[in-house]
Amino acid sequence: MDISGAVTVYGNGAITETKKSPFSVKVGLAQMLRGGVIMDVVNADQARIAEEAGACAVMALERVPADIRAQGGVARMSDPQLIKEIKQAVTIPVMAKARIGHFVEAQILEAVGIDYVDESEVLTPADDVNHINKHNFRVPFVCGCRNLGEALRRIREGAAMIRTKGEAGTGNIIEAVRHVRSVMGDIRVLRNMDDDEVFAFAKKIAAPYDLVMQTKQLGRLPVVHFAAGGVATPADAALMMQLGCDGVFVGSGVFKSGDPARRARAIVQAVTHYNDPELLAEVSCGLGDAMVGINLNDDKVERYANRSE
Amino acid sequence: MTVGVLALQGSFNEHIAALRRLGVTGLEIRRAEQLQSIAALIIPGGESTTMAKLAECHNMFPALRKFVKMGKPVWGTCAGLIFLANKAIGQKAGGQELVGGLDCTVHRNFFGSQIQSFEADLSIPHLADKEGGPSNFRGIFIRAPAILEVGPEVEVLAEVSVPSNKATNSNSSECSQELNKVIVAVKQGNLLGTAFHPELTADTRWHSYFLKMVSEVGEATSSVVTASGDSSAPGEHKYDLPIFLP
Repeated sequence: MDISGAVTVYGNGAITETKKSPFSVKVGLAQMLRGGVIMDVVNADQARIAEEAGACAVMALERVPADIRAQGGVARMSDPQLIKEIKQAVTIPVMAKARIGHFVEAQILEAVGIDYVDESEVLTPADDVNHINKHNFRVPFVCGCRNLGEALRRIREGAAMIRTKGEAGTGNIIEAVRHVRSVMGDIRVLRNMDDDEVFAFAKKIAAPYDLVMQTKQLGRLPVVHFAAGGVATPADAALMMQLGCDGVFVGSGVFKSGDPARRARAIVQAVTHYNDPELLAEVSCGLGDAMVGINLNDDKVERYANRSE
Repeated sequence: MTVGVLALQGSFNEHIAALRRLGVTGLEIRRAEQLQSIAALIIPGGESTTMAKLAECHNMFPALRKFVKMGKPVWGTCAGLIFLANKAIGQKAGGQELVGGLDCTVHRNFFGSQIQSFEADLSIPHLADKEGGPSNFRGIFIRAPAILEVGPEVEVLAEVSVPSNKATNSNSSECSQELNKVIVAVKQGNLLGTAFHPELTADTRWHSYFLKMVSEVGEATSSVVTASGDSSAPGEHKYDLPIFLP
């Protein structure tokens, strides 16, 4: 509460600024990651492989999503010791996941000196109603979304980067495509909409009006937008880029494949040269086995993407 | 005048948007042969390790070094500054390849991790002289490098004060103990280097300053250049991210 008694609903900018760490600095790191690949790693050796392959950041985890699926149980934040080891091993930014709504895990990650926190539906949610109030943190957050409304709700909560949820740990790109197309399609609809209709549209997608309007004016999400969940091949990664994403997260796709170093390098190149089919053909050659995928028509497969709204 | 932006990874879209605001089309450069069609190059911010890996994969380093040697203007921001430096410390295990040309020593990730990233008002008398406007500039430092030493031919354009606690936070304690100002912008001949990100601010003075460097060289050699080699699909409009600073 402001001591002067003056109430500012949304602060100066369209997105509320916190004094400790300006939003421009939080978004700034995400902007430096554009056109890059962020890879899930479970130990320092894998982190080194990812760095050598040209990953622009690594996500430090105890288990990759495919193993979380296979083993079941409650998935929680990684051991800070593991995160510290991975931080020691590489010079690129290190991200880590916190459970949805578990702000203490986020506080711990901030204290460890992590570069970005992923409030992730891949871990078992800690709060089924509320997300973390990300304005309270100096460390920036990335959050998942399935559609435009969800993306803008996360940005209002303070997320400085958005990724589509996809369906992590399946090696199946269909959900990621669905979510990217949903976000991009809604933005295209929004761009052609009369200003008078935006109020009702904001209500329909349950998103804050000011951010909907800003999205309409910009023609894109107001923060960096990556794709995630099911990327397993260089072609998958380039597909996400051609659909309009700023970069790609690869979870189980790299280290659950036959030749991780080679596949990681190929996916990094595919993201840089996403519009160059000849080069894509070249880097896709002889990568060995891709991860074994999961068919999502099976009702027994749990949908992580539906764990939060 | 054709200005290329190295588009391997990082904030190349932001640089192209800043150039567009000044009425200049920036070309995305992803392959060595595309360097032949441009008069000047901007190496954007991003992860320098990643950008070096990608440049290495396509054997771009010899072409980039040749480009610098030819005396064509090159501007590096953040990761790009590391590329241009003759020496970089704080690199990943095994080191990374550099283009070189700028006679200085750069400390990678000098200020620490993302939590230590910051904004600061920089005093920029030289730039304000040339480009007008206020005598300060809002610099955004994101996991930024700093310049520790410069050679005699290097002109220092901006410095930032480092509070003593920040200096001890950084992993370079042995060289930053009594240091309270570090160099964050330099110029040497046709090379410009900034540790912060002018492409993330609405103030386009650094970009117009660089474009003047380019046109000065263009007049001297009267080189005619044509636009070609843009790898993005024609007619495709890229939407820019908002600028969160006034």
